[in-house]
Amino acid sequence: MPVADGAWVTIVWDDPVNLMSYVTWVFQKLFGYSHEKAEKLMLDVHHKGKAVVSSGARERMEHDASRLHAYGLWATVDRA
Amino acid sequence: MSTFRRQGEHCVATFAADEVRVLRKVASEVVGLLTDGFDHSDPVVARLFPDTYPESPEDSAEFRRYTEGDLKTSKIDQAGAVLAALPPASGGEVRLDSEAAEAWLRAINDARLAMGVRLNISADTDLGAELDDAVLHDPTSPRVFQLSVYAYLGYLQESLLRALIGDAH
Repeated sequence: MPVADGAWVTIVWDDPVNLMSYVTWVFQKLFGYSHEKAEKLMLDVHHKGKAVVSSGARERMEHDASRLHAYGLWATVDRA
Repeated sequence: MSTFRRQGEHCVATFAADEVRVLRKVASEVVGLLTDGFDHSDPVVARLFPDTYPESPEDSAEFRRYTEGDLKTSKIDQAGAVLAALPPASGGEVRLDSEAAEAWLRAINDARLAMGVRLNISADTDLGAELDDAVLHDPTSPRVFQLSVYAYLGYLQESLLRALIGDAH
């Protein structure tokens, strides 16, 4: 489906400080993901350096990034 | 070191005097960093308020203009939640409902992020080895103290998270 502004993504980057259990919990808490999905995303971040944690309209991605920043996660927004 | 346990709807721990002192210090330092000491060129501030668009300083600045105030306020509030729930200097019980426990988790995380930047913690850092090194070098150095506090905060955050969510996910 063509969208004027295209799709955007929220990316979380690996960080040497954040606890793995905490990052998993934040993904569950903010996105309502199952423990399995949240843990897989956390492991992707940890092993690959980053992971896309949500995608959609730009405003929603900015909102997600902002919420992730409130929890201390290193999040950015980019075009999908 | 204190461990949080679940008691009904609350997460509860009993803090010794030195733990109260350390938590008061780190939470106050975070508040200081976010108020009088707020400086975008400080790498700690850069980590707590990351660029949302790393490849576009303009977009990052624009985003920051709309969101930074709220983000700063919520970070000050969560550090304040730690200060508000601490027992007297002599030590005592900390009893957190789930809302307070979540504020504590975020606040401890902010404090650990700040210390992690100052201590140059990287993915390769072996905290135990770092601490041994620092102790051998000079057991009374500030680095020994800072590393110990950093390790303690990680332990405390993990224990609070466990108490909050339990073993069942």
